[in-house]
Parts: sequence; structure tokens; C-alpha cells
Amino acid sequence: MSSCLDLSAVEAKAALTEKKISATELTQAYLDAAARTEALNAYTEVTAEKALAMAKASDDRIAKGEARALEGIPIGVKDLFCTKGVETTACSNILNGFKPVYESTVTQNLWDDGAVMLGKLNCDEFAMGSANETSARGPVASPWKVAGDDKSYAPGGSSGGSAASVAARSSLMATGTDTGGSIRQPAAFCGVVGIKPTYGRCSRRGIVAFASSLDQAGPICRTVEDAALMLQSMASHDPGDSTSVSEPMPDLLKGLEDGVKGLKIGIPAEYTMDGMDSAIVSLWEEGRKWLEDAGASCVEVSLPHTKYALPTYYIVAPAEASSNLARYDGVRYGARMEGNSLDEMYAATRAAGFGDEVTRRILIGTYVLSAGYYDAYYLKAQKARRLIQQDFTSAFSGVDLLLTPATPSAAFPIGQKITDPVTMYLNDVFTVPASLAGVPAMSVPSGLAANGLPLGLQLIAPSFREDVLVRAGRAVEKAAAFSAVATGVAGGRS
Amino acid sequence: MTENTNLVEGRTGLWEVVIGLEVHAQVSSHSKLFSGSSAEFGAGPNEHVSLVDAAMPGMLPVINSYCVEQAVRTGLGINAEVNLVSVFDRKNYFYADLPQGYQISQYKQPIIGEGSITIDLKDGTTREIGIERLHLEQDAGKSLHDQHPSKSYIDLNRSGVALMEIVSRPDMRSAEEAAAYVSKLRSILRFLGTCDGNMEEGSLRADCNVSVRRPGEPFGTRTETKNLNSIRFISQAITSEVARQIEILEDGGVIDQETRLFDTSTGMTRAMRSKEDAHDYRYFPDPDLLPLVLDKAWVEDIRANLPELPDALKSRLISQYGLTPYDATVISEDRETAAFYEAVASGRDPKLAANWMTVELFGALNKMGKSLDESPVSPDHLGALVGLISDGTISGRIAKDVFASMVETGESPDKIIEEKGLRQVSDTGEIEAMIDTVLAENTDKVEEYRGGKDKLFGFFVGQVMKASKGQANPGMVNQLLKAKLDG
Repeated sequence: MSSCLDLSAVEAKAALTEKKISATELTQAYLDAAARTEALNAYTEVTAEKALAMAKASDDRIAKGEARALEGIPIGVKDLFCTKGVETTACSNILNGFKPVYESTVTQNLWDDGAVMLGKLNCDEFAMGSANETSARGPVASPWKVAGDDKSYAPGGSSGGSAASVAARSSLMATGTDTGGSIRQPAAFCGVVGIKPTYGRCSRRGIVAFASSLDQAGPICRTVEDAALMLQSMASHDPGDSTSVSEPMPDLLKGLEDGVKGLKIGIPAEYTMDGMDSAIVSLWEEGRKWLEDAGASCVEVSLPHTKYALPTYYIVAPAEASSNLARYDGVRYGARMEGNSLDEMYAATRAAGFGDEVTRRILIGTYVLSAGYYDAYYLKAQKARRLIQQDFTSAFSGVDLLLTPATPSAAFPIGQKITDPVTMYLNDVFTVPASLAGVPAMSVPSGLAANGLPLGLQLIAPSFREDVLVRAGRAVEKAAAFSAVATGVAGGRS
Repeated sequence: MTENTNLVEGRTGLWEVVIGLEVHAQVSSHSKLFSGSSAEFGAGPNEHVSLVDAAMPGMLPVINSYCVEQAVRTGLGINAEVNLVSVFDRKNYFYADLPQGYQISQYKQPIIGEGSITIDLKDGTTREIGIERLHLEQDAGKSLHDQHPSKSYIDLNRSGVALMEIVSRPDMRSAEEAAAYVSKLRSILRFLGTCDGNMEEGSLRADCNVSVRRPGEPFGTRTETKNLNSIRFISQAITSEVARQIEILEDGGVIDQETRLFDTSTGMTRAMRSKEDAHDYRYFPDPDLLPLVLDKAWVEDIRANLPELPDALKSRLISQYGLTPYDATVISEDRETAAFYEAVASGRDPKLAANWMTVELFGALNKMGKSLDESPVSPDHLGALVGLISDGTISGRIAKDVFASMVETGESPDKIIEEKGLRQVSDTGEIEAMIDTVLAENTDKVEEYRGGKDKLFGFFVGQVMKASKGQANPGMVNQLLKAKLDG
């Protein structure tokens, strides 16, 4: 049975234009899929009424021949994006009941291009986590299962709801945010495509801040082509975000099929670690061969400061977070716990409102910025960050792209790592360096681990070269011919 | 540095006072430092609050370039270096009227570096006071604790308003110098149009760092008295703080480094928090804002278009009009006063004009509690009056009566003189006739005078002036009288 859920966004767009299907039918199919896969807990809220109203408007535009880039495409929104009139809590109790009176720039861009909002997607609380287990709305289960194993597996995080829902086909595309790997790691775990664009490509305005110098929005989609299409719409120069870049985004779909012939691809020696899944090591080898077979040349490169990336990240990100989250004080919006004094009210509100991981990172961040520790931690981390950035600059003076594994392992069962923060943090070891450098990177589903769970390869490009990034991503996608579909998919295997 | 003559006498000897000031000046700008909402004073509670000012989730600051321009203009006006690269930092602390949980300020790399201003002292001398830096920062909102028995109300209208914090060197040695510094800084800001200097509305506030030491010794421990919003309070706070510190030291005690508050009802300062309770502000560069990079040509363009400032104006008043340094200082305190003066003095005796303005006009305005822009006497009318004195149409004494009528009615001096018939009598025949009458009525005194009693000359002048109802030209009376008596 062929279902409209099987269509990629690009295919759905064609079907809509050719009037083989209406936006209302497509949207209804996804709303039904969201209901059928409710047990995954990917959605925090399904906005069915809004979705159908938007789909109706899309149908009207299509009828008038006024279809826009994403007309009628049903999209899920990570709960980190402020959506006007729709509860936005960053999956934290401290924002319970908060309905923004404004729309984030990125989601507004999507609606302006005709996309249809299905609802809000689960994520780690304030995007702090690598398994979607820190969410105040409960963990998300990956639609992927291991044969003969009943356990639920983590979809990765923090954009766990986004990746799980795209993999489960309860949304056609989803927004994600990536601070240290929060798009790429869940995309890899769920066998879907995720892009973290160059820092500044997508406006941060209206996205609940975690670590301002690292946060970037990006697409999570089923195909590289869909991701290119969606990113094209999400990105814009926004005067409302001082760190937004004015550099125009190249047309990402235009050269997508041009291949990698003549490109020089670097294989960084440092992207390996003890206990790394052997399937990942061989997948990486295979990826190199795919690219070479497609006409690229691969060379060994060195990014010598890679080993400092994770510790650097876990100083910089919590430092910024400790300050960014100070505004959640119970005074103006969100939850408030009463107290006999202002300080008591703060303490009660924040103790009740923040979960353990968020509290841990606020404490770490407060510590590293404190008088007497600033130089040893925060300042040193900033210096290390510059060295890591220089690693990329010098690597990109010799190569067009880098190829690395996306994660050191496949997904793990829910609950397995949450008690050990350091092991959990190691999930981001391959994704964090590109975040610190601000360069664009993507995860492409490329193979399966021995237990049948998906694995992703990561491509990293120089700043503003998303065009080269998606072109190479498309080449990997073609060569990998990744066709596995999650067992928990909404329509069943097709 | 020249020797300090401002030493304070204690029980055990002389003390030197050391003062440094941090002035917070609200930038004159229609909108706030990082949001588009209005920065005007006087709106109802929370009427001027944007999503950014209220620190809603995901809202980001965007620098207001006009506020930057104003800070640069101020920097140039205080002879300071403009840093082409500066950085905004976050100063983290919790308070109910600080929505972000941090204040965006500049910590290590301020927009303006070292500068100086020249202060004018009452004895006509001047002193140079060093400025360490000027940086831009956001103001906080306001907590109202007296509106409800158990709740505090928050007004965020001020939240995010642009302030310039101007930090002096510890170069001042007396309350008078500190007052002169704030007064001069305020005039410079007003001349530049970068801050309205309105201390009652809180547009200009000062934190005073005060310490005392024995002459020649290193700096003593300082205290900081916060948020003084009038020049008089600054003087009072310093005076009381100096007395307090000297008393403690002379009793063998030590000064605690602490933050103090000035109590306007007692005129004294009291402890607010000690160094141990000081916040750890965890400053770090604000990742929402890129470093502020200024174009050198843009800065030079601002420099080229700076208005005439108080010092330049003062020198010009001295050289162009021959004013004393004191009069020039008074007149150059603000641009409106100077413009008024220049209109009065235009084509007339400049010293006489200065005298009439600073003594008579200011005296009258003071009495009425009016400011110069509310003056019933226009610069044209005052100028006309000065002209009528100089050309002998009226005497100085008559002029005072005319001026009194001008203040009362706002009429021109010509009209008043015409109506009241106050024109000075300069007709020789008329004056001679009056002299003859006076001499005829006082033959005994004429005898005495001619007998050697010279002092009686004044008596005859007085009698003639009285006979003329004060309208006789005094010079001519003198001359003609002398001729008649001695002749």
C-alpha cells in the first residue's frame, strides 16, 4: 500500500502542485499519524485545528496558482521555537503555561513560505541533553527497535522529538536546534538527515536561548533534498538578531545533483575514540570510498585541538546558559512558587521549575564565571575555542569538506546513560567541534549498526558553504542508498 | 600636581580628602539602548516596554546606533579617546526590576577611554580633573514597594534605557570641587545635547567615592555613596562622609570598604552593604552582541560637527567681550544663557550687559523662582535698556526703576520711559536754571562751601538731582555746578 506519508517533501510538493493530493488530505494524514504514534511522545502538543486551517489556506493558494516554496507541507516545530498563541515551554516546567505573543523568525519564514504547522515537538529541557530524557514532558522513544528487544531506545537529543517524528513519519519535516550536536546526533540515531547551518544563517530571534554563541536552528528531514529545501526557507538575515549574517544563502537545490567530482575531502585523524563501535569505523571507511568512487579525492588531515572541544564546550555552553536562564525568575511569566521574600521566591521557583540537568549546567556555568575561576575556566575555554576554530580554518585551506562519523555509537536504550552525565556528554564528541567553530555540518543516514540501528556520517564544510555541504550530502545519500525504515513508523513498512 | 590647599583640620592634624565620581547620565535618545521602545520620561507604568525590555524568551538586544553616536559625541566633548572596538558584557545579578537577570554594560573594553574636563572654582581658578572612562549600559526598571501591603510593583519603563557611566579619576580634593565637576560635566552634556542633565528626573545621578588620608600618604580606604541626584546632596554627602571618616580614624578605628546611602532627611550617609556582601557579577562578553566596531571617519565626522563647548565659549566671552572669568563662567554654564547674553551684548557695552544680566536679571528671576526661558524681560528689551544707559538717555538709577517695570509688565524700556517721562534731562539751560534755584535757596551753604567746606559739593548735587526728580544727567550736573560754585 502506498501512502502519502511515503512521499518526501519534494515529492509531496509535486503531488500538491499536480493536484494529486490536497494539502488538507496530506495534513490530515500526518495528524492521524501523530495520533497513531502518540506513544512515542514525540509531540508535546498537536495543533490540529491550526494545521487544518493553514492547510485550507494552502489549498486556496494552490488553486489560484500561488503556491510558495513549502506550500502545504506539514511541519513539526521543536518546542524551543516561540510560536504565537501556542504554548512554548522549551520542555521545562518553569515555562508552564507560557504562550508567546510573538513568532520566532525561523518559524515565521516557514509559514511565509506556505508550510503547515502540525504542532510542537518534544526536546530536552532547554535543549540540554543528548537523549531527550531531560524533558519535563517525559522521554521520547525512538521509532527504531532492536529485533528481539522490547526496550525503547533514545532518539538522541536535544531535538529528539523532531528526529523521532520525522523518522516515524508523523511529520514530514521538523525544525531542530543544534548547540553542540542537537540536530546531527538525533538525526543520526533516527536515520534521518539533519543540518546545522553556519552560525548566523538562521535567526535566533524567538528561539529560547541555551548558549547564544552556539545555538543554531536547522532542518531535520527525510532526504538531503528536503533538508536543502527547508533550510533555504529557514535561513534569513534578521535585523532582530545581531549575530545574524547578511551573506546571502546560495541556491541549495540548484547544484544538488552536481556530485563531488573534483572535490577534496579531508579525513580528520582525531575523530576516533576508545570503545568506538566498529561498525562506525567501517562505515567511515566506506563513506570515504563512496566519495572517491564519485570522483572526490580524500586526504588525511589533522585538527590537533579536537580533544579539547568537549571540555571547552562544557564550559562555554553552561556559562552562557547560566546567564541566559536567569530571566526565568517567576516575576513576569511562566511558573512562580511563592516565598516570603524575593530571594525565597526565586529559590523556590527555580528549584521547582528546573530539572536536574538544567540545574547542573546552571551551577557549572555560574562556577566557571565566578571571580577567581573565570581566568582558569571561561577565559581558557575561549582561548581553546579560538584554537579549535583555527584548526578548521587551516584544514579548509587544503580541503573542501571534512568527513567524520556523526556519533561514536548508535542509539542506546532510554535510561542507560542518564545517570552518568560524562558518558552522556561523550555523545557529542564529534559534533561539538563544528559548533564551536561555527561552521556548517550535517548528518546523513549511511548504514546500520550490528543491532540494526541507524548510523550517520557527518560532513563539515567551511562557513557559508552550505551549497557544497548538501551537494556532498546528496552524494553520500545516493551511494549509501539508505532504505531502512523504522519499525515504529506511522504507516508501517511500505 | 599643585599642592592641595583644601586640607581639612581634624583633632589630631590635617587630612586630605580624595574624591572620585561615577556619574550615570541618561543618553538623550528617543528609544532605548537595545530596543525600539520609547525612552521618554513620564509615561504611565509599563507603557514603554517592549518584548526585549521585558526579557521575553528568545528576545534579543539590537544596539541603537544613535545612542552609540551620543556616547562618541560625549567622549569627544570630554577630550577623551574613542575606542574603535568596544565590547558589551553581561553583569549578572538577580533583582525583580532587572528582567534579564543581567545588565548589559561594558566592562573591560569601554567605548570611551581616558579624557579630562576643566572645572571652574569660585575664586576664578580652574583645575583639570581626569576621566578614566565612559561606557554605555542599560538602566534597570523600578520597584515600587509602597503601593500594596504585601506586594511590590514593578515598572519597566526605564528598563533598557541607555546610560553613560562616566568615571572620574580620584582627582577631586573637596566637596566644592566635586560639585564643580558635576556642574561642569552637566553643562558639557547639555551643550552636546547628549543628556538633558535633569537631576530631579534622574537623568543624571552620581556615586561618590570618598576617602581621607594624611597629606603625602597613600590613598585611604574608600566608601562609595550611591545614587545622589542633586549637586547639593553630593556636597552634603561628601562633607558628612569626610567628617565621619576623620572621626573614626582619629579615634583609632579603620574605615570599612562599603557601599553607603545618603539619607536626605538627616544629610548623613549610612551603610548599605559591606565589601563581603558585594555581588560577584560574573561579567562576561554578551554573546548576543558582536563587538562594537566604529569607523574612524564616522568618528571624525562627529568631531568636526561638535558644537562650541563651555570652555571654548568661556574663553571667547573673555576675549571677545572682555568679561571677567567669573562672569564668563556664569554666562557659559548653559547655551541658552550664553545666547541670551550675546543678544543683550550685541552692539552694546559688553561689561555693562554682563552686569545687568548676572546681577539684575538673575536676581529678579531668582526672586520670582523663574528660569531664564521664562524671563519676562526679553534679550532685546534688556539690550535696549543697556543701550539707553550707555547713550545717556537715562541714568543708572532711573534704569533700575525702568527695569523693575520691565520685569513687572514685560514692556520695552522705551515705552516705559516715554509713558513715565523718565528721559534724562541733558539740556544745559534747564539744568542751569535748576542749579540757580538750588543755590538761591541755600545761600548760607554756598558761603560755607566757598569758605573751604568742599564736602558740601555732594549736598548741592543731591539737591539738584532731587529737583530734577532724578532725571538730570548726573555728569552734566556735576560739571555745571562746579563751574557755578567755583566761578
